[in-house]
Amino acid sequence: MITTNGATALDLRHVKVFYNEKLAVDDVSIPVYKNKITAFIGPSGCGKSTVLRSINRMNDLIPGARVEGQVLYHNKNLYGDNVDPVEVRRRIGMVFQKPNPFPKSIYDNVAYGPRLLGIRDKRTLDEIVERSIKGAYLWDEVKGDLKKSGLALSGGQQQRLCIARTIAVEPDVILMDEPASALDPIATQAIEELMKELVKQYTIVIVTHNMQQAQRVSDYTAFYSIRKAEESGGQERRWGVLGEYAPTDQLFSNPKSEETERYIRGEFG
Amino acid sequence: MQSELQIGQKSAVIARVLVNEADGSPRIEKRARLFDDFIRYVLLFCGIVSIFTTVGIVIVLGRESLLLFSTLDAQGQPVVTLGEFFTSTSWQPAGLKFGILPLLESTLMTSFMAMLVALPLGLGAAVYLSEYASARVQNTLKPVLEILAGIPTVVYGYFAITFMTPLLQGLFGRDTVQFYNTASAGLVMGIMILPTIASMSEDALSAVPRHLREASYGLGATKFETVSKVVLPAALSGIVAAAIVGISRAVGETMIVALAAGAGPNWTMPPNFFVAAETITGHIARISGGDLSYNSVDYNSLFALGFALFIFTLALNLISRFITNRFREAYQ
Repeated sequence: MITTNGATALDLRHVKVFYNEKLAVDDVSIPVYKNKITAFIGPSGCGKSTVLRSINRMNDLIPGARVEGQVLYHNKNLYGDNVDPVEVRRRIGMVFQKPNPFPKSIYDNVAYGPRLLGIRDKRTLDEIVERSIKGAYLWDEVKGDLKKSGLALSGGQQQRLCIARTIAVEPDVILMDEPASALDPIATQAIEELMKELVKQYTIVIVTHNMQQAQRVSDYTAFYSIRKAEESGGQERRWGVLGEYAPTDQLFSNPKSEETERYIRGEFG
Repeated sequence: MQSELQIGQKSAVIARVLVNEADGSPRIEKRARLFDDFIRYVLLFCGIVSIFTTVGIVIVLGRESLLLFSTLDAQGQPVVTLGEFFTSTSWQPAGLKFGILPLLESTLMTSFMAMLVALPLGLGAAVYLSEYASARVQNTLKPVLEILAGIPTVVYGYFAITFMTPLLQGLFGRDTVQFYNTASAGLVMGIMILPTIASMSEDALSAVPRHLREASYGLGATKFETVSKVVLPAALSGIVAAAIVGISRAVGETMIVALAAGAGPNWTMPPNFFVAAETITGHIARISGGDLSYNSVDYNSLFALGFALFIFTLALNLISRFITNRFREAYQ
């Protein structure tokens, strides 16, 4: 399906993540193509979420976390000395595993980001809110009651509200950390269809445990796996590595490594 | 002893406990659970005791207060009407003048002073501890705060007289600041209440789930934006509760004001924080410490004061409940 490589939105180069000086993920180098969906798959503990969170510097919020290597974004290293993580997160948005709307009204949830950017004008905000909620295919369900608390919505609606909130600041890239894992199959399908629409405007990176989901929605897939080593004292040390990266069709139909093949066949993980 | 059991194999031990001995059928019949019932009644008793003591106190306060308003003077007129009680600016039991305003004013003044110190500093300390401090600082400072909250108030009263009052006199001059004054008592009361407010607010702030903070950071919010727009609103009910506990303690605090505020009602309008005055609690403490005969007017007047104080804190609680229901952002 996809053979030509377009422009990249991000370039991860030799990214290593440490927690309290213990290696969590070793040496990940992959491109993230513009207006494509890149999926991160792999067994629990392989570091796929850790890599995702290093892309918009969410790892900075975890005490003891440290990132080595480069994440290039418009030819700037996001880990350069002169980079403000707050600004990075305004351009690279995030949708979390558990829907996490603020305990505020639907309107205020979506207007939160634009207000942070200093937009105060009621008409402009109204427009952004409507456009964002429509963009998250939630408008018909909530248009009558934007004053209602975001927490009053169902799980799937909450997750679409979180997506609306993210696209309200029109980021370049949207990171999604298992966005459908807490949802039922119908809500999951809605999120997947939404992703396919969003990718026309945005670049998406999604972490998923669900290989069918990766196959259904993504254009490229990065498979992460776990390496183990005995330490002195008999303790086992584990860290994640990039196992294989390829266009999704290719990775699932013709995996290069046996490990990838066993994982996508469901033989471990 | 060597176990013969294989993994997955059932031992007979459990099964034996769960069958009726008579016929070996599964035992699912109703049985008496005396201990459970007993515990249930013990807990019910605990609940009833606290409710009944409260009700009892209110009844006694109310009944004795009524006696004040039904006492007649030599001319057969009531010594004080309810209207006079709340509007007269003179409280002189010896002269049969029972206007609560001078005492209430001092109570409000010292409480106001206290909250002026305790609320901003306490909330600031709470936000620092919960949002900015490292885990180590947090684990050191929180217990210290809780210990501070346990210092006896008489120590604070002494602190007011020996430190705060001289400090105020040094700053504003001995001519302006009397030795006994409401400012000194109020400020020290604020220091006393500060740890309580900080500790309670910190609990409320830490209880706000991490995923809400992450949502905010993920949208490009700074730390301060996250704290002020997401964490504080979500913790509002706990913070208001802390403030109300603080105000209630200030209104009810006795030792500090008895030691440092003055002995004798003093109505000042506009309020003067640098002169001696007596709060409701301070007055009750001083008068009931002297020789006072039962069923005298003075004696009954103390109950009226206590009752007014009770109504006052009750009103505060109701108002705070209304405020939190109206404005808080409930996250669960």
